[in-house]
Amino acid sequence: MNAQIAPPPAAAGWQAVIGLEIHAQLSTASKLFSGAPTAYGAEPNTQASLVDIALPGTLPVPNRAAIRKAIQFGLAIGAPIAPHSVFARKNYFYPDLPKGYQISQYELPVVGPGKLKVRVDDGRTIEVEIQRAHLEEDAGKSVHDAFHAETGIDLNRAGTPLLEIVSAPVMHSAAEAVAYMRTVHTLVRWLGICDGNMQEGSFRCDCNVSVRRSGTEQLGTRTEIKNVNSFRFVEKAIEYEIERQIRALENGEAIVQETRLYDPTRHQTRSMRSKESADDYRYFPDPDLPPLAIGAAEIERERSALPELPQARRERYIAVLGLPEADADQLCSDRATADYFEAVLAGVPGQAKLCANWVLGEVAAALNENAVEIAAAPVDAAALAQLLSRLREGVISGKIAKDVFAAMWAGEGSADVIIEARGLKQISDTGALATAIDAVLAEYAGQVADYRKGNDKLLQFFVGQVMKRTRGQANPQQLNELLKQKLAG
Amino acid sequence: MSSASLAALGADLAAGRTSAAELAAQALDRAQQHAALNSFISLQPEAALAHANSVDANRRAGRDMHALAGIPFAHKDIFCTKGIATTCGSRMLRGFAPPYDAQVVERLAAAGAVSIGKTNMDEFAMGSSNENSAYGAARNPWDAARVPGGSSGGSAAAVAAGIVPFATGTDTGGSIRQPAAFCGITGLKPTYGRVSRYGMIAYASSLDCAGVLARSAADCASVFSAIAGHDGRDATSVDRPLEDVQALLPRPLRGLRIGLAREYFGGGVDAAVAAQVRAALAELEKLGAVLVDISLPSAHHAIPAYYVIAPAEASSNLARYDGVRYGHRAADARSLDELYSRSRAEGFGAEVQRRILVGTYALSAGYYDAYYLRAQKVRRLIALDFAAAFEQVDLIAGPTAPTTAFRLGEKSDDALAMYAADVNTVAVNLAGLPAISAPAGFVDGLPVGLQLIAPAFAEARLLNAAHQLQQATDWHTQEPQA
Repeated sequence: MNAQIAPPPAAAGWQAVIGLEIHAQLSTASKLFSGAPTAYGAEPNTQASLVDIALPGTLPVPNRAAIRKAIQFGLAIGAPIAPHSVFARKNYFYPDLPKGYQISQYELPVVGPGKLKVRVDDGRTIEVEIQRAHLEEDAGKSVHDAFHAETGIDLNRAGTPLLEIVSAPVMHSAAEAVAYMRTVHTLVRWLGICDGNMQEGSFRCDCNVSVRRSGTEQLGTRTEIKNVNSFRFVEKAIEYEIERQIRALENGEAIVQETRLYDPTRHQTRSMRSKESADDYRYFPDPDLPPLAIGAAEIERERSALPELPQARRERYIAVLGLPEADADQLCSDRATADYFEAVLAGVPGQAKLCANWVLGEVAAALNENAVEIAAAPVDAAALAQLLSRLREGVISGKIAKDVFAAMWAGEGSADVIIEARGLKQISDTGALATAIDAVLAEYAGQVADYRKGNDKLLQFFVGQVMKRTRGQANPQQLNELLKQKLAG
Repeated sequence: MSSASLAALGADLAAGRTSAAELAAQALDRAQQHAALNSFISLQPEAALAHANSVDANRRAGRDMHALAGIPFAHKDIFCTKGIATTCGSRMLRGFAPPYDAQVVERLAAAGAVSIGKTNMDEFAMGSSNENSAYGAARNPWDAARVPGGSSGGSAAAVAAGIVPFATGTDTGGSIRQPAAFCGITGLKPTYGRVSRYGMIAYASSLDCAGVLARSAADCASVFSAIAGHDGRDATSVDRPLEDVQALLPRPLRGLRIGLAREYFGGGVDAAVAAQVRAALAELEKLGAVLVDISLPSAHHAIPAYYVIAPAEASSNLARYDGVRYGHRAADARSLDELYSRSRAEGFGAEVQRRILVGTYALSAGYYDAYYLRAQKVRRLIALDFAAAFEQVDLIAGPTAPTTAFRLGEKSDDALAMYAADVNTVAVNLAGLPAISAPAGFVDGLPVGLQLIAPAFAEARLLNAAHQLQQATDWHTQEPQA
């Protein structure tokens, strides 16, 4: 929480200034202004309605589900929701833009200014101001490689709802920008308004980058890196661009305000078009769409349905559950993980750290190894809670618990079924333990003598031998105590 | 020549004295006889007769029939008709057959009205004379050397010539009322949002309005009832109960306050036309209406505001005609830019290109505030003018057009003179109000139209006043010499 500490400068004497425009595809069943489905990966032009292909006479009708999702985002960043926002047309010609304009929001966006706390990798927390978020429709796709010397147009994506989230130019390093992007990514998935799938382009961003002399206020000329669709690429693209601009300025060259593209194979940005020759989009309010009215009741309905947000949950985990920050961060990196954790905890009350260790340890490892989402984990939260209860009750040891977990993952049944079937119940019966210890001590009389002469290290040897004899079922705590007593003579 | 009212035709159909098929065949015959008027871009005799036969079969089967069932009519070629060429008067859409029906088309088809063809119009509804059609000018049945008005000129000419008893039209700045006035028929432009725009090819979305041209106010009322109402496919469609406009037709006019807007009788209005309109107003006075002199001080800003807003919207609405997915595509374009520029240069006529250029300019960075935004402010003032006037009066009256029908070619080289023909009609669209043009007599043998304007959603009041006038006068029953 050392927000006052300045980040390391990109290069001595220079400060980078970064703002991001994130495009989050809203996960609605149908498009922003038509009833056509939004599913990804369908045959080209099978998910384009008469409206999407812009037949004469067709008209847009707003999709209320998309509007609700925009409201949810606004509430989550503490932003005002405009009672009347305005859809505007952004006019330009391109073959994958069927109407010759994109319906967006310009002067009056649905979501006003808000902010988001962002934890940077170096441990600092920064507060990023979000200037606005607005609804707009996506364009189609131009397919350049499918036909010889011709370009194909796929309009399946045309009209897909996007929420464009515009940050203020308040970040000063690639690391901060990526941390912010990750925080937004977590939030939109947490809210269930975007699937966050970056490969499919559901979450992508334009990066505005400029540099200025440290200590100066005046913003430098910025460039915009378009359509970057991975955290790593954003980091690399911004790093490259900052260095390029500093180098240029130090060489006495001017920065040209322009749009640049990131080339992920070379980790470079290159000029796409200069703003001077760029289109004049001739924005004006879309006369086909009356101002978008959102009543106080609708806003309250969305507010009351809002889940506990990641930031609040993280703070609760630390303050109320006593979890370390690192655990809280990891658990709150996505809502399914946090919800899973809480469901486990409900079954093993008061054992937050134990539950966190297991969710972030065994469970995370198994998910990762099998490439499974937590929602589809073969061991659900209740099943894991049963296992952890047995561990807690001393029925099984931690080591055995891991074996049982593996068996549960493999589908052999519940923790109790596996413990019973394999006879894994821990030996906590003093008589049985004593018998096993006596047998071991009798077998290794020499080592007993050495121990008694002061070789304390042999204690672990005896523990190991008793465990072996009890097939690992001895209660380790009891075993330790009893063994020490017996060795003491 | 057929001059029977819709009610009379409906009674003949109900009584079995005629059939839908017979009426459709007669209408198609008359369309052939009047081919010189060029009032149709296309006729669909087979589809019309098939539809008529099915309506007749339903009637024979004893089904409940709509008042319009079996009545032949025509659609302005701006309404999308499934599988039937819809050109919007443009070369751009030559041969374009939409895969769907406009809401107005659906409604009338469901009522059993039989469309015989698609009427001529100024390209993309841009024009006041029908001379801007890619399919040739339509002509005025009262004098074939004169224009029928525009942009719904084909619809007006077809009704005036007796080819069909009614036709659909659209009105963005006067495109129903002015041709109705020029052709001596009745034309109703409803309140903006009252009739769905779904499937109506857009010119200027915030102004475009579907309506009807017919031989009487009563007939307009009947068709209006069939096409008005909420449609979820048009976000600007209004969900509000509809008055029973037909039941209110007989209401006496006693005490109805009619405002005579000084500005509507001003400078550019032909004195004989103004005098004739005053004569019609005197008839209304005899029926009990009270005439009140009023002023609409912003009226003279309507034309400039309209000719910024409408082209601005058009420049965007017509961007979809790019030669990529449908419509005219230039042959052998060597680049994308060439494909766009040549397809559009070849597909659009001069007036459409002019308005696209004007509109693009008005929306451009650096000019937006001075033109588009300013025009929107004027639009607001005009609406406030009307609101203030309707505190004093129930209807506002004036000549629909400043002159009678002009000669073909008379204004076609002078865009500004042509735009001035809309001086009394465009303000109504800017304010989104309903208005009607009803026949008000003749000057030198050419029809004159009386425009009545009502507050939003008061179509019943308009139709009632025009109907009462038509009960007391016979101007609307006059027919051009064939």
